[in-house]
Amino acid sequence: MFPTPIHQRPIVNQYIYKIFLPISLIIWLIPIFGILMTSIRGLGDITAGNMWGTPSEFLLFSNLYDVFTNTPMIKYTLNSFKVTIPTMLGAVALSCMTGFALANYKFKTNLIIFFIFIAGNFVPFQILMIPVRDLTFKIGLYNTITGLVLFHVAFQTGFCTLFMRNFIKALPQELIEAARMDGASEFRIFWKIILPLTRPAIAALCVLIFTFIWNDYFWATVLIQGDHAMPITAGLKSLNGQWITAYHLLSTGSIVAAIPPVIMFFLMQKHFIAGLTLGATKG
Amino acid sequence: MELNNSKAKRITWFQKNQVKISPWIFLAPGLIFFSIYVIAPIFVSIGISFYQWDGLSPSIYVGLQNYIELLDDEYFYISLWNNLKWLIFFMLAVPIGLGLAIFLNQIVFGIRLIKSLFFFPFVISQVVIGLIFTWFYQPNYGVIAPFLNFIGLEGFSILANENTATYGIIFAGLYPQIAYCLILYLTGLNNINPEQIEAGRMDGAKGFHLFWNIVLPQLRHATFLAIVVTVIGALRSFDMVAIMTQGGPYGYSNVLAYYMFEQALSEYGYRMGYGSAIATVLFTIMMFYILFFIYRMYRNEREDNN
Repeated sequence: MFPTPIHQRPIVNQYIYKIFLPISLIIWLIPIFGILMTSIRGLGDITAGNMWGTPSEFLLFSNLYDVFTNTPMIKYTLNSFKVTIPTMLGAVALSCMTGFALANYKFKTNLIIFFIFIAGNFVPFQILMIPVRDLTFKIGLYNTITGLVLFHVAFQTGFCTLFMRNFIKALPQELIEAARMDGASEFRIFWKIILPLTRPAIAALCVLIFTFIWNDYFWATVLIQGDHAMPITAGLKSLNGQWITAYHLLSTGSIVAAIPPVIMFFLMQKHFIAGLTLGATKG
Repeated sequence: MELNNSKAKRITWFQKNQVKISPWIFLAPGLIFFSIYVIAPIFVSIGISFYQWDGLSPSIYVGLQNYIELLDDEYFYISLWNNLKWLIFFMLAVPIGLGLAIFLNQIVFGIRLIKSLFFFPFVISQVVIGLIFTWFYQPNYGVIAPFLNFIGLEGFSILANENTATYGIIFAGLYPQIAYCLILYLTGLNNINPEQIEAGRMDGAKGFHLFWNIVLPQLRHATFLAIVVTVIGALRSFDMVAIMTQGGPYGYSNVLAYYMFEQALSEYGYRMGYGSAIATVLFTIMMFYILFFIYRMYRNEREDNN
């Protein structure tokens, strides 16, 4: 193990480590504490410049009430779910198939297609922006959740294919060969053998896609205009313009926007990390 | 009988060619989707960059005019220069993430929770991170205001100053990016071969020597991924700029990604052709990294097959 386990070190070092650990954590989380504390405060504290002292009033619930009743925040949150969940399902479904095809069959263009998926996944969004916006206009889906979902599904398929293909490739090939010997159709192999085995990969992709799409801001601004379809990131930005110095509301809104991916992360941490490292974890 | 026969034949034909046809059936939906929304638009964008177009009226072919204009555009150079700053300073996330990973790779009470809390800026939207830091930097109400007063810079606004704005945004951007690199390195450290470490220790390797010669080479994969995601993050930096400064003051914190958006799709105008030219430049820069990544994957594939 590297570095040397702390319990093999002199006792003084152990104490120093144990003191430093929480201190470093607190420093690291200062920005988070900042918004948590501010979401409790009232306007009085904000204008008085009381940022780090004890809040003079406890107004978290009143701030939440303000945010939810005076702004379309509920609508934004719902929109975010309506964008995120179908994207997650769509991209995972498509990439299970593409990943299976690229992992299991030998054909001439296999690697080329695989590399196209990878390359597309890294492309800057701006090179896609104008044609995608144009296309979405033409098929009458500009400013709709469906339009946004369709693009997200297509784009995320790149990353998901990379991930799925590598995962399926690492599965024991004998399973598939044996099934083929038994005369199972290719579709049956996919459905009955591969899909059940890819469950951990599917879980990892679901958490990752959820966070990516939930946090997307760029495409929400390019393809959506107006509150009816706007997800929470773009909504927060537009509220920011209206609130100006109402930092207590801004903080409360930020927390609302951050909660779903944070919950998702804490519930599925192992899968999340496996996904980020492209499956390089040992568990 | 004859009906049965032909049916049997059809099944046989499909069965015979099943292994050849199946990959295309499985690929079709994903590949078609991906081609329409990702691959084709790249070429369409490059095409548009040779036109003058406002998105509505008919487009006019102007050849290289947009690119020639770029060469004379002061704001383009500022953005390009800022992208370079992003590339350089965003890279700090890699060593800092590694350092933190080594610091946290211990088994003590509560370490799992502590690690999760360190990860978590990465999970939060950049919009939220951008808003938090904008507020931190506020000259009068902000968190660092007391500190600024202390060093005699009362009322100094980091984001409103043309020399500091970009660094202010990069600093905010580092927060989630360090967390990302930390995740990659913690996993890497977890996968290190303990026998090699022990063997190194037996041979008397310690501290930095052990780290540099034995640990770091084993973290190659993590380092590679960390550098790739950080470069891509730096070149994609849009959200933070859009939230924190919108490229201001006077374009001094602009980056290509945001400048393109501003030119093509904002109140500053709908210059689709010019925007596409900027996007093409950005795409070309990115392509170097993409090809490098693919080349490495290709090499690994060949090693796997041999």
